[in-house]
This record gives sequence, structure tokens and C-alpha cells, in this order.
Amino acid sequence: MKKLESTLLNMVLVLTGVAVVMGGILALVNHLTEGPIAQQKEKTLADGIKAVMVCDDLIVTKTDTVKRNDAKGKELTYIIYQTQDKAGKDLGAAVESTTGGFGGALKVLVGFDADGKILGYTLLEHAETPGLGAKADKWFQKGEKGDIIGKVPAEPLTVSKDGGQVDAITASTITSRAFLLAVNNAYNAYKATPAADAETGASKQTKE
Amino acid sequence: MNYISIIKNGIVKDNPTFVLMLGMCPTLATTTSAMNGMSMGLATMAVLICTNVVISCLKSVTPDKVRIPVFIVVIAAFVTMLQLVIKAFLPDIDAALGLFIPLIVVNCIILGRAEAFAAKNSPLASLFDGIGIGLGFTLGLTLLGICRELLGSGSVFGFTLLPETFNILLFVLPPGAFITLGFLIAIVNKLRNS
Repeated sequence: MKKLESTLLNMVLVLTGVAVVMGGILALVNHLTEGPIAQQKEKTLADGIKAVMVCDDLIVTKTDTVKRNDAKGKELTYIIYQTQDKAGKDLGAAVESTTGGFGGALKVLVGFDADGKILGYTLLEHAETPGLGAKADKWFQKGEKGDIIGKVPAEPLTVSKDGGQVDAITASTITSRAFLLAVNNAYNAYKATPAADAETGASKQTKE
Repeated sequence: MNYISIIKNGIVKDNPTFVLMLGMCPTLATTTSAMNGMSMGLATMAVLICTNVVISCLKSVTPDKVRIPVFIVVIAAFVTMLQLVIKAFLPDIDAALGLFIPLIVVNCIILGRAEAFAAKNSPLASLFDGIGIGLGFTLGLTLLGICRELLGSGSVFGFTLLPETFNILLFVLPPGAFITLGFLIAIVNKLRNS
């Protein structure tokens, strides 16, 4: 079959036609995947909260979005998920906290019990170097080299290079510092937010 | 043309990674582990097959002067669909490759095959070309990923084979990608010439 000639009309018609058809298909796919993507996000978060609180049967009773300024005056956002177990006992809260890591934003979810003791953590989002900084997902867990589980960051946690007690990830001090900063910030945000009295004006209730 | 030979061409004679040297950006960036390399290869293959077939079908109604914009629209649409599908149903792969999927749009393999093959051949032949080149790319990336993961983290597909003291961090980092790729190309060239 002979090719269509490159007249202005042909070009405009074909390009528009292809764009419209492809746009239509995209809209359809977007519509079909919207639901599953939202579910997936929720599931990731819900699994994360369960993992860091070390409890399978819990309910999130309250979600707070807190904005605080860090030491340098930059505004950071924290999301605090207050949790209770099935019996209605307060478990503490999972706190989402973001800092700048080595490769980009480092978003961690840290679980604290009511006294501020670290129960667990998970990395929600990171862009650290695989094999180096990306080891942070295991390094600071219970029984590992940089174990922070059970510690209370009332005195900020720091790596041993900075005079602290936590072993930094080998060759990834920047990631380790960023991670511990995120944990410390999360603790401060958690402590500064009243847990029980839900209707304070200071914390804004959000639902996603 | 024989369809089997088209596939073989894509894997051996026109291997995108080792012979055509196309799509080097994802090749170097995503092969930090065997799994990542293979996933990226398969994702690219899925896009390549779809775009090759569609572009081949469109070739007779596409005026020459606007063929590149038309190809790019088709490619971008398929990549976006793939990204949405991966996000919805394969969250683990999304976590590892999410950043690189949109880059498939500008992967020169896709546009290169659209120009060099799909725009001249029948949809069926283009389908097989997509499979062949896609397999070749997947193979190249998986091989590179295996080498880098083994040397850098002492494991293959997540299974630990070497103790941590033997790990050479360099191979997980970007320079290691260049070094490994260079050696692999040299070895493949040697094998092809003998």
C-alpha cells in the first residue's frame, strides 16, 4: 500500500487521530487501574503500620498531619497514626517522617509505644544506593548491627562517628545520619502531639 | 522472512545491549541486581512488542513528515499504560523500577526498532522482531545484573552465594556498571568472532 502523502491536511488528521485514539485508550486504562492503585497504596501503608507497631490486630484511631519546623527552619510534614489494639488499648503511634537521604527523599515510618520507645520501623520511600544506603531497611532492625529497636530517642540518636551509640551502615554514613534524623524528628513530632484528646485545634485531622 | 530467524537476529546478531549498543541508560542504571535487570528487560519487551505491532499497522496511513511524532505518541501511550498496570498489580516491581519505567519512552531501542523495522515490515514480522529484540535486551540486562549482583552483593536473584567479605561495592555503583558492561561486550565480541 502506498504511503499517505505529507500534505498539511493529512498530517494534521493523522496526528490528531492517533493522539485522540491513544488518549482515549489511556483514559480507559487509567480508569481501570485507579481503584487497584489506591488500594495498593492503602495496603502498603496499612501493612507498614502493622509491621512497625509489631501487632497484627490493630486499628488506626486517628490520623494527624503535623507541620513542624526543623532546626534549620525548614517546614517538615509528619503524619501520625494513633493506633489501638482490638481491645481498645492504646498501642502508641506510627509516625511518617521524611528527611533528605543520600539519593533523594527518605521517608520512614516509625512505630512508638506510649512511652516513646521505638517498636519498629520501615522505609516507605527511598532512593538510596542499592547495596549501600539501601541496606537501611534491615540494618537498624532488631538484632542487626545498628539495632535501634527499644531505644527512646529522647536524647537524639546519632551514629558512633558523631559520638552516638548507633553503628552507621558501612560506607553509608550520610544515609545513616538521614535515617536517624528522620527517627528523631518523628519522635519529637509524636511527643509534641497530644495522643488522647483528639479534638485539639493544633492538629489537623486528615483522611486519605 | 523466516520468523524464527527474526527472533534469533534480535537475540544474537542485533542484540541491543551488546551489538547495537542501544538503550544504554536503563542498561547501566537498573542492573544493580539480576531481578531488577530482568524486570526492566521484560517491561521494555512488553512495550516494544505493542508499539512494534501498532506502528506497523499504522505505517501506511502515516505521512512521512509526521511519522516520528506519531511513533512517539504511540510509544508514550503504551509506556504510561504499562506504568499504571505495574503500579496497580505489581507493587514490588514498582518499588524497584518505578523511576525508570517512564524513561522507556525515550529508550532509543523502541523508537529505533519502530523506524528500522516496524515501519517497513508487516505487523506479524514486527511482533516477532519485538519479541526477539526484547529477549535480547532482557538477556543482556539479566546477564549484567547477575554479574554486578554477584560481585557487588555476593548474591544472585537474592540468593546469597558469597560471604560479605568478598563483596566489591564498586560493582553496585555506577562505575561498576560501565566496567562490567565493557568486559561483557568484549567477551560477547570474542565469542561472536570465533
